Amino acid sequence: MKKILGKPESLKPTPHLYCAGCGHGIIHRLVAETVDELGIRERTIGIAPVGCAVFAYDYFNFDVTEAPHGRPPAVATGIKRVLPDRIVFTYQGDGDLAAIGTAETIHAANRGENITVIFVNNANYGMTGGQMAPTTIIGQKTTTTPFGRDAKREGYPMKVCELLSSLEGVTYLERVAVNNPKNIIIAKKAIKKAFQNQVEGKGYSLVEVLSQCPVDWGMTPKDAVTWVDTHLMKTFPLGVYKDRT
Amino acid sequence: MTSIIMPKVLMKGNIALCEGAIQAGCAAYFGYPITPQNEVPAHMSKRMVELGRIFLQAESELAAVNMVLGASVTGARAMTSSSSPGISLKQEGISYLAGCELPAVIVNVQRGGPGLGNIAGSQADYFQTTKGGGHGDYRMIVLSPHSVQEMYDHAFEAFDLAQKYRSPVMVLADGVVGQMMEPLTLDPTRKPVVSQKDWVLDGCKGRAPRFIRSLLMGEGELERHNWNLKKKFDLITENEVRYEALHIEDADLVLVAFGVSARIAKAAMRSARASGKKVGVIRPITLWPFPEKIIAETARSGRKFLVVEMNMGQMVEDVQRAANGRCPVEFLGHPGGGMSSEEEVLLQIERLT
Repeated sequence: MKKILGKPESLKPTPHLYCAGCGHGIIHRLVAETVDELGIRERTIGIAPVGCAVFAYDYFNFDVTEAPHGRPPAVATGIKRVLPDRIVFTYQGDGDLAAIGTAETIHAANRGENITVIFVNNANYGMTGGQMAPTTIIGQKTTTTPFGRDAKREGYPMKVCELLSSLEGVTYLERVAVNNPKNIIIAKKAIKKAFQNQVEGKGYSLVEVLSQCPVDWGMTPKDAVTWVDTHLMKTFPLGVYKDRT
Repeated sequence: MTSIIMPKVLMKGNIALCEGAIQAGCAAYFGYPITPQNEVPAHMSKRMVELGRIFLQAESELAAVNMVLGASVTGARAMTSSSSPGISLKQEGISYLAGCELPAVIVNVQRGGPGLGNIAGSQADYFQTTKGGGHGDYRMIVLSPHSVQEMYDHAFEAFDLAQKYRSPVMVLADGVVGQMMEPLTLDPTRKPVVSQKDWVLDGCKGRAPRFIRSLLMGEGELERHNWNLKKKFDLITENEVRYEALHIEDADLVLVAFGVSARIAKAAMRSARASGKKVGVIRPITLWPFPEKIIAETARSGRKFLVVEMNMGQMVEDVQRAANGRCPVEFLGHPGGGMSSEEEVLLQIERLT
């Protein structure tokens, strides 16, 4: 009998501690499937952020290091420069990548580091209980925007793919979502391409994944996946923002 | 047996530091411009590239220290350098290096502070360097070069110590020793100590995956980790104390000074001795671990200590602690990039003897 579905080798059997309905579990699996399919598990080094995915090393079955909040691109740069034949990726949330680590993100991209960045945008700080993130959309209520994000007070949601698309060092940028099977299939293709680019030495690739966060959004998992369609995608349209491959 | 006589060369402190690091096998250097350490990234940008090693100018000191963290994760010998305000930014990374038990060399060519301060040599970062700096319970080996020769030697030594103890090591220099030129002996035959590296991340080929972290959330896990770190810090305290003691046996007054202040203290000691005054010098070379024992043994009734520093009085607190009331401890210092002259020290010697 042919086995058609199983756990990727790149995922440990450890059960995830993510909330019910959270997108991280899906995104972890897409990364793990990609690593398996490209046959790079034994030369992959992941960088876990500070945020919900801080325990990524408990789930991924390859080498993973911690990094201080926002610094994964700098840590990735250090690893990749020393070991250019290893596959180095960062897995970062919106606070890590687009608030405290904005400088590291922009400069690693601008240097065209040959790394892969998986950017999980769930429009809030999930780990700390749902505060405003740089990607919180206008009107969205969080524990630090109890009246909804007001552009006059808190500024505008940060559009990372749009922002990075102007940088010459960047090879590939795509924004995807994991709120329905069709989008998950597209997300998988984008993540695989972002890793493939690195394997082929093509340079900096970032995939922004819109991810549902039902608990901190105060919704049921079902409402959360709908909200990604009805609200999040209005501010963050899906699509390829740059492709120099 | 033949001995090779190494020729002396004239070199600037900051350049000697680079050459010591290169000789020690520094594989990756990450820096950011700040005076008075600019010769370091400039020299490394040429030498490291010539040697086929890694040089990168980072976007900030934060990024630089985290690039070092990344390189260190792979087991590569890595270094960053800066001066005081930039070292404040690196404290986050230093705390993570300590928590993750990663070897790294950080160089501080100190300048005056607080704030942006000035660009004159200073010793105002003693507290920051020896008492923590970053968050959490940790210690870090601190070497204090007082000559261009020691800029070279300590840079080399720092890499071996960092690797031996899987710990960040700081070379606490200052703007004077960084900028001054004097002859030194390079040792191109000196080889770095190679240690077991069964912890590095280089891809899990043929082995179980590894991870490196400082986050320990399980019940009692972090406390256990901290007690394990304490064992390492105790071992370092036992094994790695370094100091220089001159003419302390018969001394009525012992000058205690580190780094470039020790140069002035030594000069004053020689002048005082020439006029018949019994003056000695203790120069702590490791500021952590602090040479407490020699201070404690030297501290006895009828003797005095004079601590000379380029700050408002920082190491003096460690000297007082080690002397523990057995003899008076006086202080002479200048903050804000100022330094004592030999004459000024001699006036104090006159007053105290």
